[in-house]
Amino acid sequence: MAKEDVLLLDFWVSPFCSRVKIALAEKGVAYQQRGEDIFGGKSELFLKSNPIYQKVPVLLHDGKPMCESTNIVQYIDETWPSPPLLPSSAYDRARARFWADFIDKKLFDAGGNIWKTKGEDQAAAKKELIQILKYLEGGLGDKDYFGGDSFGFVDIIAIPLTNWFFAYEKFGNFKVEEECPKFAAWTKRCLGRESVAKTLPDPQQVFEFVSMMRKMHGIE
Amino acid sequence: MAGDKVVLLDTHVSAFGMRVRIALAEKGIEHEYKEENLADKSPLLLEMNRVHKKIPVLIHNGKPVCESLIIVQYIDEVWHDKNPLLPSDPYQRAQARFWADFVDKKLYDAGWRLWATKGEEQEAAKKELIGTVKTLEAELGDKTYFGGEDFGYVDVALIPFYNWFYTYETCGNFKIECPKLVEWAKRCMQRETVSKSLADPHKIYEFVVSLKKKFGIE
Repeated sequence: MAKEDVLLLDFWVSPFCSRVKIALAEKGVAYQQRGEDIFGGKSELFLKSNPIYQKVPVLLHDGKPMCESTNIVQYIDETWPSPPLLPSSAYDRARARFWADFIDKKLFDAGGNIWKTKGEDQAAAKKELIQILKYLEGGLGDKDYFGGDSFGFVDIIAIPLTNWFFAYEKFGNFKVEEECPKFAAWTKRCLGRESVAKTLPDPQQVFEFVSMMRKMHGIE
Repeated sequence: MAGDKVVLLDTHVSAFGMRVRIALAEKGIEHEYKEENLADKSPLLLEMNRVHKKIPVLIHNGKPVCESLIIVQYIDEVWHDKNPLLPSDPYQRAQARFWADFVDKKLYDAGWRLWATKGEEQEAAKKELIGTVKTLEAELGDKTYFGGEDFGYVDVALIPFYNWFYTYETCGNFKIECPKLVEWAKRCMQRETVSKSLADPHKIYEFVVSLKKKFGIE
């Protein structure tokens, strides 16, 4: 497939864009990438491709746009079937979608509450994040990855969000590894994969971005 | 499927529960329906949905599936030989998932704030709801159903919320102008699978009134 067939509208620090990049890398799909200035002037293509949410990522395949990262990863899995990201049984797929949905509903917002607040509010936000990670540890069980022996859908949905943990830890003064060692071990395992290691930005740069956001929000 | 045991934990007025009821009916799946009292959740519900403790939960041969859209997709995949709900083309499927998710993110959220709040917050929710309905009408366009000629996933996701419009309108003291959706809803209601699965709009309103009293809203 020619490189021009697949275009990703992207923002470098977005963990949601990272999900799509990791999925494309896992499938060995060549694609073009265009960085969007989400704070400044949004491109015409971007506004036309995602008029409803005006958010990245947007994947354009043969010019046809798709939005919402979890949705895009499923599309990638269905369009380029090898290697499979979602499990083969309907029940296991339902479980995978459940955990992806849980992560989408809870994880990024909980992290956001840590760097956006101070004092008691921050303490409560930290507690919530740990609880979420403990639920995820329950979902992981004794498996190497959420789907079993192979890196797959839920791992792709979750791992980019951990890229922001260094920032949460610095602002919240805690360590995920101390509270949730199983989750930390799974994180290290995923970071050992080329598709993940080559995609995720340096956590220090994410920290600097979050610091800038804090200033913008007038915190501290 | 012979020998299948299917149980649905649900509450009558839940739009999310109605989605699952419609999907089960579309596929002709025999099942046991268990009405939950959300003020006093059953041990079964708490065990089957430990993370969210919410309905609906589909229990298929003892194994639970949670979250209404995930359940509908599961039903569609397991009982794939009858009345397919999701399209077969990956791009169309991505579109269907996007719009069902839009209903969850935008319509449900604005609707809930409409009946649960007052003053400025309620006015903001009203505005959002009207905008969301307009967007849905634009997406429907001149099609018979959201996916085209056949009743499908997005219709299943949205039609239960249509029966909540009466509650939104009465609590918000306004009329939701949506002539295209009204016609679309009539078409959906002609399907027995839909008409038998939906809770009556007035019953939904009575439920919300009692809920508001219970929580001291208004």
